[in-house]
Amino acid sequence: MSQAIKEQNIYAGAFRELSARDGGPSWVARLREGAFERFEETGFPTTDEEDWKYTNVAPIARSEFQPAPPAAGAELDLAGAEPFIYAEARQSRLVFVNGCFRPDLSSLESVPPGVVAADLAAALAGEHAGVIRENLGRLSEQGGDAFAALNTAFLGGGAFLYVPAGAEVEAPVQLLFLSAPTEPESAAFPRVLVVAERDSRLDIIESYAATEEAAYFTDAVVEVFVGAGARVTHYKVQDESGRAFHVASTRAELARDSSYDLTTVTLGARLSRHNIEVKLDSEGAACRVDGLYIVGDGQHTDTHSLIDHQRPNCTSRQNYKGILDGRSRAVFNGRVFVHEGAHRTDAEQSNKNLLLSSEARVDTKPQLEIFNDDVKCSHGATVGQLEEEELFYLLSRGLHRDLARNLLTYGFAEEIVEKFKFDSIRAQLDEAILNRLRARLEV
Amino acid sequence: MSTIELLTNQEYKYGFVTDIESDVIPKGLNEDTVRLISEKKGEPDWMLEFRLKSFRQWQKMAEPKHWPNIKYPEVNYQDIIYYSAPKPKGTKASLDEVDPELLRTFEKLGIPLTEQKQLAGVAVDAVFDSVSVATTYKEKLKKHGVIFCSFTEAIRDHAELVKKYLGSVVPYGDNFFAALNGAVFTDGSFVFVPRGVRCPMELSTYFRINNQESGQFERTLIVAEEGAYVSYLEGCTAPKFDKNQLHAAVVELVALDDAEIKYSTVQNWYAGDEEGKGGIYNFVTKRGKCAGRNSKISWTQVETGSAITWKYPSCILQGDNSIGEFYSVALTNHAQQADTGTKMIHIGKNTRSTIVSKGISAGKSNNSYRGLVKVLPGAEGARNYTQCDSMLIGGKSGANTFPYIEVMNNTARVEHEATTSRISEEQLFYLQQRGISQEDAVSLIINGFCKDVFRELPMEFAVEAQRLLGMKLENSVG
Repeated sequence: MSQAIKEQNIYAGAFRELSARDGGPSWVARLREGAFERFEETGFPTTDEEDWKYTNVAPIARSEFQPAPPAAGAELDLAGAEPFIYAEARQSRLVFVNGCFRPDLSSLESVPPGVVAADLAAALAGEHAGVIRENLGRLSEQGGDAFAALNTAFLGGGAFLYVPAGAEVEAPVQLLFLSAPTEPESAAFPRVLVVAERDSRLDIIESYAATEEAAYFTDAVVEVFVGAGARVTHYKVQDESGRAFHVASTRAELARDSSYDLTTVTLGARLSRHNIEVKLDSEGAACRVDGLYIVGDGQHTDTHSLIDHQRPNCTSRQNYKGILDGRSRAVFNGRVFVHEGAHRTDAEQSNKNLLLSSEARVDTKPQLEIFNDDVKCSHGATVGQLEEEELFYLLSRGLHRDLARNLLTYGFAEEIVEKFKFDSIRAQLDEAILNRLRARLEV
Repeated sequence: MSTIELLTNQEYKYGFVTDIESDVIPKGLNEDTVRLISEKKGEPDWMLEFRLKSFRQWQKMAEPKHWPNIKYPEVNYQDIIYYSAPKPKGTKASLDEVDPELLRTFEKLGIPLTEQKQLAGVAVDAVFDSVSVATTYKEKLKKHGVIFCSFTEAIRDHAELVKKYLGSVVPYGDNFFAALNGAVFTDGSFVFVPRGVRCPMELSTYFRINNQESGQFERTLIVAEEGAYVSYLEGCTAPKFDKNQLHAAVVELVALDDAEIKYSTVQNWYAGDEEGKGGIYNFVTKRGKCAGRNSKISWTQVETGSAITWKYPSCILQGDNSIGEFYSVALTNHAQQADTGTKMIHIGKNTRSTIVSKGISAGKSNNSYRGLVKVLPGAEGARNYTQCDSMLIGGKSGANTFPYIEVMNNTARVEHEATTSRISEEQLFYLQQRGISQEDAVSLIINGFCKDVFRELPMEFAVEAQRLLGMKLENSVG
């Protein structure tokens, strides 16, 4: 039996089981079925496809990940989850273990009334079922890849965030996706739907972590709808186990005069891929998409982004930085698309990479596709190592060479780190960077 | 301030057809066609073998339709004449023996073929449809040991050199169009500059497609031995036909230790009418290999013609300290499409490359820059600088930038920058209030935008390129 057929059979079996077990609304069942059909049609992408040219997902297809059973990781208690909870979000957190919602580990005390932060599976039948039905899959099901389809097919646990018009959520809401080891190795399909109504305000921290260095597969889909005049700030911290696979897509749609800021940090996973799509489809919308990836030996990370300027007077800023060490590889593919009617578009994009080892490899491809003459667009990309002159300056001030190198590397990352307005995330990042550097000191 | 709008393009003035008796073979392509071409040219067996190898490879290949940002209807490769030559042919001792009708054609194109009228120091090889009709200044070049002749003559007279270098940079199965060219190429230019010789004059080739049904497949091979230098210019025109014609050329450059090759192109193939009917499909493979230490290859191109341009002049930087350069202006108007750029493959230590690309899109055209900078693990200290700017005129055109950067060495430094904007209203206003007409102002600004590239062109070409750009954008303001 060929590999492709085998891998699809694993998922097909699991899918039939899920369909038989699940008693959700019929429209969800239809959504799932449609998505699974699409997955079966396309199968996992290969490197022949331009979008996957530099990232080979064959290892994911080859490993026989079973969708995690609902009881997986049930033994994990609050003490075990504690280290992964950010101080600012202590009372506004939803915790998922292997893709399943864990009310016992979650806390919603500081979420104001009227604002919904709930398990998606439960919310499907609840008060906001209409809002969910209207929006769920609206972005992910359009032109999404096989991974997004697979996520929709196994739609189960996930987060639903709803902020009514004019409401402001003070504390950031943390969505913590934890992975505990399972036997056999498993796949989780976290799903997030965020609907921020007109003039509302919301901060989200989406974080991925593992309790142990296990092998597993996370296939996440996040959809964010930002209403007119609303402001959503979204932080994503991916710190999966070093043996894990992480494929995620984040898609946002921005209404008039709204703003959406996404800052991502990639630290973990053996192979990670993040697809970002921001649709500026109303006038005056603004987005900022920033990111930092720090990868070491044996890691491969890939970021694909599309900033889709459909309407006039929209602004986008994108700044991605990467630090590569050991035998690691990073891919960045940033696309800015300006449609014919999108007058006075202002778009900037930058990707800078720092190579610390001779075995690291970077493939970067910033792209501009512009079909309107009344625009201001630019992009830039660099790949290099630390500036000799800067190094020399620090050495001349009496610093040890290793310390000087670390200082400069730290400074390179700081531009992105300081965008996190929460101290506890910043502290985590600082520690992660310093850890990486300390490891280098020992060499 | 009124917005700038492109109204019409000036008539394509090279669109005439020369009525000349030609030796053509029937349409279609199969192994017999390949054998027939080879036979007509009286080629040795090894050449026929190269053609057949290419042809068999081509049959197994698929046309690259997915990744380039261009759209066109299926090309019927059986509906093309693969060989068309002006009669009578045969070797000519001097220009007096060339058909006067042909000479008049080249005169009309402004190409200094008759020696007395020549611009000082330009040797010309003229290729009409498929075969080379005349090469000038041969004797003078011979004194310096420089070989400059048609490809057919090179196969006959310099077989060892051709055998050694043909396919060494662009292998027979490199890509779909290169393989096609390998099978059916009919002529082209061959240049060989021996060790230590600085070629005393600029070498130039003019390509002309005349026959409505024919495709043009020429092959150029330039070899610069140790310490040699040569500057080579290429110009192209074609008559106006409603039918799309295929031009699939291959250019190979080889630079040995300390050698330098400068290759300049002004491409003005017929671009089709305003609705995009007719015009040339310019699917060209150009690649240079800096095989030796300290060698240098520099590509400069001004692309204004063709319905579709698919072209990536590239440099393989194999020798240590070698240098690759790419300077490009690509102008598209009306329904033209261009997907052009370069590849810089850094293999040797301390190799350097510079890419400067200026794209101008007007009308409802679509202009893409696609470039690859690849630094292999052994390329210690490699350095690349890329700047690509696009300018949009009118709100219906498209400008795209697709740079691929692949770095596998941490001592490399790669920089890429790109901007897209339209003609600055302030600059236009400033020039106009100084009494310069709107049209001249646009032309001035565009020429300023392209200055970095024009500066790299040999003088006569720079003048021609500036004129061409002005002409292409004439009546562009409303």
